[in-house]
Amino acid sequence: MHSDRDSETTFDEDSQPNDEVMPYSDDETEDELESPLPAVEPEQNRINTEAEESREPVKKDCSWQVKANDRNFHEQPQFKKTTFLCFKKSKYAGNAIKTYKYNAITFLPLNLLEQFKRVANFYFLVLLILQTIPQITTLSWYTTLVPLLLVLGITAIKDLVDDIARHRMDNEINNRTCDVIRDGRFKTAKWKDIQVGDVIRLEKNAFVPADILLLSSSEPNSLCYVETAELDGETNLKFKMSLEVTDRYLQEESAMAEFDGLIECEEPNNRLDKFTGTLFWRSRTYPLDADKILLRGCKIRNTDFCHGVVIFAGGDTKIMKNSGKTRFKRTKIDSLMNYMVYTIFIVLILLSAGLAIGHTYWEQQIGNTSWYLYDGEDYSPPYRGFLNFWGYIIVLNTMVPISLYVSVEVIRLGQSYFINWDLQMYYPEKDTPAKARTTTLNEQLGQIHYIFSDKTGTLTQNIMAFKKCCINGQTYGESRDGSGQHQNHEEQVDFSWNMYADGKLAFCDHYLIEQIRCGKETEVRQFFFLLAICHTVMVDASDGQLNYQAASPDEGALVTAARNFGFAFLSRTQNTITISEMGIEKTYDVLAILDFNSDRKRMSVIVREPDGNIKLYCKGADTVIYERLHPVNPQRQVTQDTLDIFANETLRTLCLCYKDISHGEYEAWNKKFMEASVAASNRDEALDKVYEEIEKNLILLGATAIEDKLQDGVPETISKLAKADIKIWVLTGDKKETAENIGFSCELLTDETTICYGEDISALLQTRLENQNNKAGSNINSSQRTNEPFFQSGRNRALIITGSWLNEILLEKKKKKKKLPKLKFPRTAEEKEKQIQSKRRADANKEQQQRNFVDLACECSAVICCRVTPKQKAMVVELVKKYKKAITLAIGDGANDVNMIKSKSSIKLYCCLFWTRRHASSHVK
Amino acid sequence: MKNKNSQGAQECPSRCPDNSAFKQQKLPAWKPKLAAPTVLSSFFTIGLFCLLMGICLILYINYSDICLNCSKLRENSSNWDKECNCTVHFTLQENMLGNVFMYYRLQNFYQNHRRYVLSRSDAQLLGQDVNVSIQNSSCEPFTTYPNGTPVAPCGAIANSMFNDSIQLFYYLNSSTAIEVPLLKSGNSWWSDKNVKFRNPTSYNLSSAFAGTTRPPYWQKPAYLLDEEDERNNGYINDDFIIWMRVSAFPTFRNLYRRLSHTNQFADGLPAGNYTFHITYNFPVTKFKGQKQVVLSTITWSGGSNLFLGIAYTVSGAVIVLAGFIITAIHLKLRKKKTYFQR
Repeated sequence: MHSDRDSETTFDEDSQPNDEVMPYSDDETEDELESPLPAVEPEQNRINTEAEESREPVKKDCSWQVKANDRNFHEQPQFKKTTFLCFKKSKYAGNAIKTYKYNAITFLPLNLLEQFKRVANFYFLVLLILQTIPQITTLSWYTTLVPLLLVLGITAIKDLVDDIARHRMDNEINNRTCDVIRDGRFKTAKWKDIQVGDVIRLEKNAFVPADILLLSSSEPNSLCYVETAELDGETNLKFKMSLEVTDRYLQEESAMAEFDGLIECEEPNNRLDKFTGTLFWRSRTYPLDADKILLRGCKIRNTDFCHGVVIFAGGDTKIMKNSGKTRFKRTKIDSLMNYMVYTIFIVLILLSAGLAIGHTYWEQQIGNTSWYLYDGEDYSPPYRGFLNFWGYIIVLNTMVPISLYVSVEVIRLGQSYFINWDLQMYYPEKDTPAKARTTTLNEQLGQIHYIFSDKTGTLTQNIMAFKKCCINGQTYGESRDGSGQHQNHEEQVDFSWNMYADGKLAFCDHYLIEQIRCGKETEVRQFFFLLAICHTVMVDASDGQLNYQAASPDEGALVTAARNFGFAFLSRTQNTITISEMGIEKTYDVLAILDFNSDRKRMSVIVREPDGNIKLYCKGADTVIYERLHPVNPQRQVTQDTLDIFANETLRTLCLCYKDISHGEYEAWNKKFMEASVAASNRDEALDKVYEEIEKNLILLGATAIEDKLQDGVPETISKLAKADIKIWVLTGDKKETAENIGFSCELLTDETTICYGEDISALLQTRLENQNNKAGSNINSSQRTNEPFFQSGRNRALIITGSWLNEILLEKKKKKKKLPKLKFPRTAEEKEKQIQSKRRADANKEQQQRNFVDLACECSAVICCRVTPKQKAMVVELVKKYKKAITLAIGDGANDVNMIKSKSSIKLYCCLFWTRRHASSHVK
Repeated sequence: MKNKNSQGAQECPSRCPDNSAFKQQKLPAWKPKLAAPTVLSSFFTIGLFCLLMGICLILYINYSDICLNCSKLRENSSNWDKECNCTVHFTLQENMLGNVFMYYRLQNFYQNHRRYVLSRSDAQLLGQDVNVSIQNSSCEPFTTYPNGTPVAPCGAIANSMFNDSIQLFYYLNSSTAIEVPLLKSGNSWWSDKNVKFRNPTSYNLSSAFAGTTRPPYWQKPAYLLDEEDERNNGYINDDFIIWMRVSAFPTFRNLYRRLSHTNQFADGLPAGNYTFHITYNFPVTKFKGQKQVVLSTITWSGGSNLFLGIAYTVSGAVIVLAGFIITAIHLKLRKKKTYFQR
């Protein structure tokens, strides 16, 4: 929408960003955010380049080749890498893992080396050495040695115990067994003997020993359910599905033993949710993605057994790649302490020097002539002064509070225990006490100035309930009786007619039930049919009960609602979905699932109905759906109005739509789809493009409204935080209206608050920037910032800004990419100079603008950023950290908050429910 | 809500934190609210007390001056065996009643020097085997003579012992002077005399010190320090013990004698003319030091002490000054209404 603008002229007033539009996808801000970081994974790049040098050019992201059942293949010289001097080693790691640090021989030297890397220990060592010099020593040698040995000993014992535990763990894990094809048969083998390319068999409830490609399983269509709790902490089951071809041909042991496919994929990396690769087998190629990969650390569930071929083993697995070194986080106290200790150390040296000079003088004046001080040595006074300098350093060593580090550690440990013991942070309903995951950040908690909070799950409970819907322009969900008359008293709808109803849905609109049951309006039925078919929910039909396993609670709520209204989702295979429609079971062929991601903000399924018609069903955020609607949509405006009403009631909305697809159209599209899905590079982009082609000219069916209740005690907490002068920034992906209403309902905004929107701020910032530029023009040296406030003080202000305005204001432009090639090849030196200058000017402008924005936002008592992408969330946190140098707290629970939470050195608070005293596990991490 | 919460907490034993005073940080604690009146009043009381203490302890210090010819003589160490006597006259204006103590006072004598302080052998002074105890000490270079004979007592402290002898004479009239009776024992601490210092055991003292020699700067060996009193000889000689207790400052005084309350001196020293007869042995001019004789009585707080007096006076003054500053700040800020709000 605003892609055709030039980044040089950023203040075009004519093209304002649309509040409703989500900003462009995350990928474009990515380079912006990650630019200060060094190139990603240098080691991997090194391997890549090495691999490329040694063999014929292959595509860069597919340099990892795995051949099934062929160990010799991986021993070929091109897969060797130089590890140490001239020793060559296969780049494929074995599956044995090594997490321990020391062995019997290396323990003492390595551990001592590690310990003396600490400043405190090293300092004591130097003191000890000084004290062994008889001319210098002023204290007995043991005064330093004993405490040093004590500290070293205790730490060494602790390390030893830890390392022994690690040895045990490693041993236990490496000696776990699973079935591996050896000489054509499945034989039990230890995990450590598994190698890349081995075909293995896993049983129910077994842990996956390495990153493997799923070939087949006992379930139909080779589905395989896994629990990924160890990887990402999510306890819901995820399903993995093998390729159809491997599912078909690789069920028998003998077939498995003869399997000789070649897998080409990217080098090992730490992205858990990304995988691209290709399988070459029987002279055909098949695309591979993360859905076909079982990662080490997962647990096989609900599947009797499954087969797979090892792609990454041991240290190459994604989980091991992820378990990097834990970065030591420095708190403000730490840096203050460092500063103090170093200052004191310098003072000590100066003091000792001063004292030594004084001593020299005294020695000259008095000491030399004092017969009673005769010591048999014939040193000159300056030499005596020099010796005394070191003596004083030893004597005054207690001045350097080196034990402060230890004391602070102990204090923090104590604090973390007190946090764990705090009754007020104990959540009785889930029997969860608070848990401090780290002991290093405790005191930071008390210094927080800014809280960045997600909305869902933090301000709200993330327990979704289907509340209302709008079908074909008609709104349902109010309390009404069967004939559509409003009722004053709320009467729950009786779902007993529906054998699949779970009886938990509270719904008062009897009229909707009537509509469904009589089936007069096809749209009503179609609406719930769509809800029942268009999702990625897994069903677990144990002991006659349907249990839905949904990736997101919204989806779960919708599918459950459809089930209650008579459209129960019963089961799913790779290509079919079975649904009970008002008691009649029907099975639909699923031709394609166009899955959801945070950029697309929609998902679609293409199904073939039993009568042969092909239909596309789509649900998604209103903005993206409205862009793709058929121009002739009678209910468009009505639904839009309803959506606004829903948003004002702080309901979460989704739009539903469908489309008939002719066979010809489908065939044509399917061809493209197949092509895109085997694309070796940029597969995601290619797929997105293909998806885009079919998801157009949609016919609007209606909209759903889900309620996400506010957490208990949120308003009280917010008012308390406000009293403590802590600023709260809510970052959410919701619509502006929803966000604003949530703001009001949690009393972040009140009637007295003046709310500023994106356009006000943009204007303010622009005048400010112009002023600053003018000033800088008139006085070149004036680098001082104008610090006058943006607003007249006195009034309570809040800022509500959408993601697109954020980009507009912060000059995050799409065009940057377009400009890049031009920048790379300037024709003349002059041109180059010009470009550099303009770039520099733009950078300076941008920085000034960012600074101004942060200054402005910090004058407001509350800031709500709506319609922001995860990357933008992270960006906002970074901005405040950068320009305010304040301690920030990022709270969030969902996957979309990870960026924000991971942003450097802010305190992370993963929490289920955090507010006030009734809170579950608040993990400080 | 609170009640409900704590009830819920009691019901579930599993992972619920204990509701103990320690774990919930409810242990009784003194949390003083330091308001201006209490702080200021305590400042002023403490300050005034210190000032008063200082005032009542600074007392008249009596000191003897230098006998110039003797000092000159002692500057040259080759004259060590030449005796030098010196008399100092002075007049007491009023009676010194009660216990009267005689001190010698040294100025610019660094008994606190690190090496000097360590240069002694406590084991030797306890009467243990000389050869063994000397080895583990830091008496160097006053451990042995070049020929290997151990020094008793070893170390720089013992070696530099104050060895002037001072006698006090009282003029009954202008011509007849009688010696003031002074006690030379019972001046040291009981613990020093009976615990920390002990002579080597033998049938007599001189044989106990056999095989050792006097420290180089001494005029006579240790077993001749007091030939009259066996219980005040050798290591347990009071003068020696007092000297061995090193002082913290370069200017210090050590107790030398006490007045024996007999005859005219039953109540103390009467006013009148006195003379000190001093045998000048201890050289001080080389290191720009001075020697003085001090006569002093004691007050209710012990012996008069200049340093303590100064310390009290100074700290008292500082505290009172701080009190005034705090008062000023308090009065100034109290006018502002916003102070302590928010």
